[in-house]
Amino acid sequence: MSPEFPLWEVFIRSHAGLIHKHVGSIHAVDAAMALENARDVYTRRQEGVSIWVVASKHIVASDPADSDPFFEPAKDKAYRHPTFYEMPEGIKHI
Amino acid sequence: MNHHFEYVLRLADNALIIGHRLSEWCSKGPMLEQDMALTNIALDHIGQARNLFQYAAVLQGAGKTEDDLAYLRDAPEFRNCLLTELPNGDFGMTVMRQFLFSAFQLPYYQALTKSVDETLQGIAGKAVKEIAYHQRWSGEWVIRLGDGTPESHRRVQHALETLWPYCGELWTPDSVDNYMADEGIGPDIQTIQTQWLTTVARVVKDATLTQPESAFYQKGGKKGIHTEYLGYILTEMQYLQRVYPGAEW
Repeated sequence: MSPEFPLWEVFIRSHAGLIHKHVGSIHAVDAAMALENARDVYTRRQEGVSIWVVASKHIVASDPADSDPFFEPAKDKAYRHPTFYEMPEGIKHI
Repeated sequence: MNHHFEYVLRLADNALIIGHRLSEWCSKGPMLEQDMALTNIALDHIGQARNLFQYAAVLQGAGKTEDDLAYLRDAPEFRNCLLTELPNGDFGMTVMRQFLFSAFQLPYYQALTKSVDETLQGIAGKAVKEIAYHQRWSGEWVIRLGDGTPESHRRVQHALETLWPYCGELWTPDSVDNYMADEGIGPDIQTIQTQWLTTVARVVKDATLTQPESAFYQKGGKKGIHTEYLGYILTEMQYLQRVYPGAEW
């Protein structure tokens, strides 16, 4: 795609109260066109009630080469999961 | 003449023919995003047409279905305005045609939501939200292209001048329009003209285009007198039902 049509990342909120989730990307020359293109491409089947678009150049991504120091240290720290509490009987929705 | 049937048939034919024209862009859009936008709008119009044809079939009272009306009439029986059947041309031409039509259809359907005909009220109420987006989308593209490069400016200015003589038919009333307005079913078409001119003038100005001064307008579509293009549309659109009558899948 030509440099006049840079890439934008699209985030959709499926229902009120839920978070916006990344769904993909589109091309557009500016924010207004990006919103409309996102609407036309990603909400055709009632996928959402709100759209965010962010120019992809503003996304700062971790480097795959950094994955060992970034993510490996969490692997053996199971105690960080809240699985060691005893639940009183009768508690629901947890 | 059954004015009520005739009137709903016009609304249906406008929606079907411009919807079919837009569907011709499917897989040929300038980029994926615009391909989807054009086919979305095509589907909106064909959905409007289906609702209107179903109602027209009831008003006609001849035991016909929506499919009979769409696929088994010949060109002189179609009642769409000429603007809707004009060729797609380049992207600028399609966008301009859509804008000129949506700027008419939006105030028209907004008025129909206050019709004394409750069925039309319902159909219009659903369609108005779709049309508001069509006008926004096409209007923004007219502005982008008009206020874009010298080449895009030249192309949409050419589109505006080519399509302009076909706009008058939209808002020039004939006896059917006047009858339906008197009955409180259709809107006063003069107020639609005023709203159309205001919207068009605003977008033309923002797009740095020049509005044509010509006041000569083509007409005939409402009476079944069409350009040579409609026959080609029907040949393609009706092919399957003509060759395999009653085919279903």
